[in-house]
Amino acid sequence: MNATMALMGNPNSGKTTLFNNLTGARQHVGNYPGITVEKREGRLRIEDMDITVVDLPGTYSLTAYTQDELVARNFLVDTNPDAVVTVLDATNLERSLYLVLQILELGTPAIIALNMMDEVRRKGVTIDTRRLSALLGTPILEMVARTGEGRDSLLAEARKAMRDRTPHPGLRISYGHDLDETLDRMQALIESSNFLEGRYPARWIGLKYLENDSEVMAQGAASPQVHDRLREMAAGLAEHCRKTLDTDPEAIIADYRYGFIAALLKDGVITRPTTRARFDLTDRLDSVLTNRLAGPVLMFAIIYGMFQLTFALGEVPMGWLEAFFGWLGDTATAILPEGLLASLVVSGIIDGVGGVLGFTPLIMIMFFFLSFLEDSGYMARMAYMLDRVFRIFGLHGCSVMPFIISGGIPGGCAVPGVMAARTLRSPKEKIATVLTAPFLSCGAKVPVFLLLAAAFFPNSGASALFWITLGGWVMALLTARLLRSTIIKGEATPFVMELPPYRMPTLKGLCLHTWERVWQYVKKAGTVILAISILLWAAMTFPGPSEETIAEFDAQRTRIEASAWDSDEARDEALTLVDNAQAQQELRASVAGRIGTALEPVSSLAGFDWRTNIALVGGFAAKEVIVSTLGTAYSLGEVDPEESAGLSEQLRTDPAWSVWTAASLIAFVLLYAPCFVTVAVIGRELGWKWAAFSVAFNTVLAFGVSTGIYQFGSAL
Amino acid sequence: MFLSIPLRLMQENQSGTILSVSATGELGRRIRDMGLVPGTAITIVGRAPLKDPVALRLRDFTLTLRNNEADLITVRVGENGETLQ
Repeated sequence: MNATMALMGNPNSGKTTLFNNLTGARQHVGNYPGITVEKREGRLRIEDMDITVVDLPGTYSLTAYTQDELVARNFLVDTNPDAVVTVLDATNLERSLYLVLQILELGTPAIIALNMMDEVRRKGVTIDTRRLSALLGTPILEMVARTGEGRDSLLAEARKAMRDRTPHPGLRISYGHDLDETLDRMQALIESSNFLEGRYPARWIGLKYLENDSEVMAQGAASPQVHDRLREMAAGLAEHCRKTLDTDPEAIIADYRYGFIAALLKDGVITRPTTRARFDLTDRLDSVLTNRLAGPVLMFAIIYGMFQLTFALGEVPMGWLEAFFGWLGDTATAILPEGLLASLVVSGIIDGVGGVLGFTPLIMIMFFFLSFLEDSGYMARMAYMLDRVFRIFGLHGCSVMPFIISGGIPGGCAVPGVMAARTLRSPKEKIATVLTAPFLSCGAKVPVFLLLAAAFFPNSGASALFWITLGGWVMALLTARLLRSTIIKGEATPFVMELPPYRMPTLKGLCLHTWERVWQYVKKAGTVILAISILLWAAMTFPGPSEETIAEFDAQRTRIEASAWDSDEARDEALTLVDNAQAQQELRASVAGRIGTALEPVSSLAGFDWRTNIALVGGFAAKEVIVSTLGTAYSLGEVDPEESAGLSEQLRTDPAWSVWTAASLIAFVLLYAPCFVTVAVIGRELGWKWAAFSVAFNTVLAFGVSTGIYQFGSAL
Repeated sequence: MFLSIPLRLMQENQSGTILSVSATGELGRRIRDMGLVPGTAITIVGRAPLKDPVALRLRDFTLTLRNNEADLITVRVGENGETLQ
């Protein structure tokens, strides 16, 4: 038997932890309000039942206020899941019940999972679960999702619900005389006219008309007569409330809901200890971590410390991987006969993919720290402390999340970053965030920065990356300000955000999230990047120079070998020069070389030669490709495999490169067009007009900045 | 004795009871959904380093609001800043 089970709950209620526990699915748990934006599914078997578990976005309410709420509400109504489990943070019962009331009013039978009961017990609070269950007319189960306590009884209850499918009678809350009277009249009208074809309970539709719910009213507009009557009733009531109570029905509804909850809990359901601990752990931590002076200092110290630690820990395994791919390349060169195949395997595949995989340890460590910050609750404090700053730039404290995920802390990725911006309510702040988030140092750009830093700013990889990251932030914020005061002007949106309690993330959860992200990166390296490496290798190999050119090089070699030399070394040196020149010619004559050369007159303003141009064109496919393309480009141009110790060494010794070329390239890579995956996501989130805008705008901006840096540096 | 003041003017660690919320539309809905309704006891927990937003404790959790949002909430506090329940 197949069944669907939906998980609902407030953000930070432990809903995602329960989801992981039930399905074993690898997915990201955040402690920041609203991180679970997408509908996530997992599979679960209980005896003979094959259950699809859907992790709905965390919401506080079921209005049409945010996309998350709308997604959750529409799923309940349209999919009509066989069981709905509502996860509640038992330490925060009052506010959690606000969502439960709305689910029950919608007539959805919900099983309540009272999570974090361990914390409740520790605080000495007792909850009379049986009594609360009787009052709400719905099963309530105590549990601790972190440890799996209560999992079996929850599943037994869910199984029963899925088998029986007993409908909930629908919770009926009194909203006071005036509202109840109007709701009764609305209900009668809705029922008699079969308004909205019984999609929602009649009284609930009435409530939505009183609340001015844009989504329901848009649906209702299809039956104009009833719709207009309902609107008249709602308007009449609103007028009455304004005159007599100086408030609106929406406010009255919320008051009565909270009143209903207070009455529920007063009824001996919750008992608190008489002496309450004045400060709990979260308060003590916050008194330091969000302290006016210590808070920001610690925040920057934490971010900076994270870099240093990441590098210190990542260096060793990175060295191993580098050595391994070096050995692999040497072995392949030794085994394979010289020619196109060897060139494809060594230059196209091993160098290309190896260059990307070499950074896996670094990315793994960074993601681990990032997950820790998110899951512990600290990320929300960063939004809180930074909101005032973000607002200056026309953004929202919540923009910090998309920014950080995109690479505000290097190692992120603009793809999930742009998607995280979905929680931003205001379209204008969202557009500004989405358009500027790709300026940050995503994990794919980091290898490029590290490569250039190692070559031109030796022994200061970490601090170079720190300053580059800071540069990304500055550009993102300034550009956001520019956009918000020109093409996307508008008012700021509400900040109203929860600061969740600090919770120690589980090691298992952290490892799962880290693994998930690293695996995505590795998969990208194994598929997209492998394909692009091969494609680019082909573009850099074919069509190649004319037969006459090759014949000319061969003739030069013959002449050298025929001449008399003082020593063998001197002769070999001369031969090497010829080989280098030939390799150069071969690349220049390739498709990529021709494109790169064609762009050179323009790009040389920023200090980029045709090889860099090829790499940057390739980088549009995925930024990691920049390193592998530069690697391929340079290894094609060199002869002695013993000399290929490192691309950075190659660049450092190249006379065409200077510190200013490196700085210009760093700025360009940081700012130019997002990779095509990101562009696709931007297109989905904001529309193709904005996606095209971001490609053009970012590239022009990047070129301007790079040219500025290079010209300034060269003039010194 | 008590005073009615906008939430913005409350001091750190000061407690009070919400008298009214004059926010409307989306902001009003968001504020009420989070439990800021008349009669709710709140305590100011602190302010962000740049004095804005403000963090407050209510119903067993901590919420943050910008000062211009706090302006729309009127709170009843003791005359000398003492805690009222």
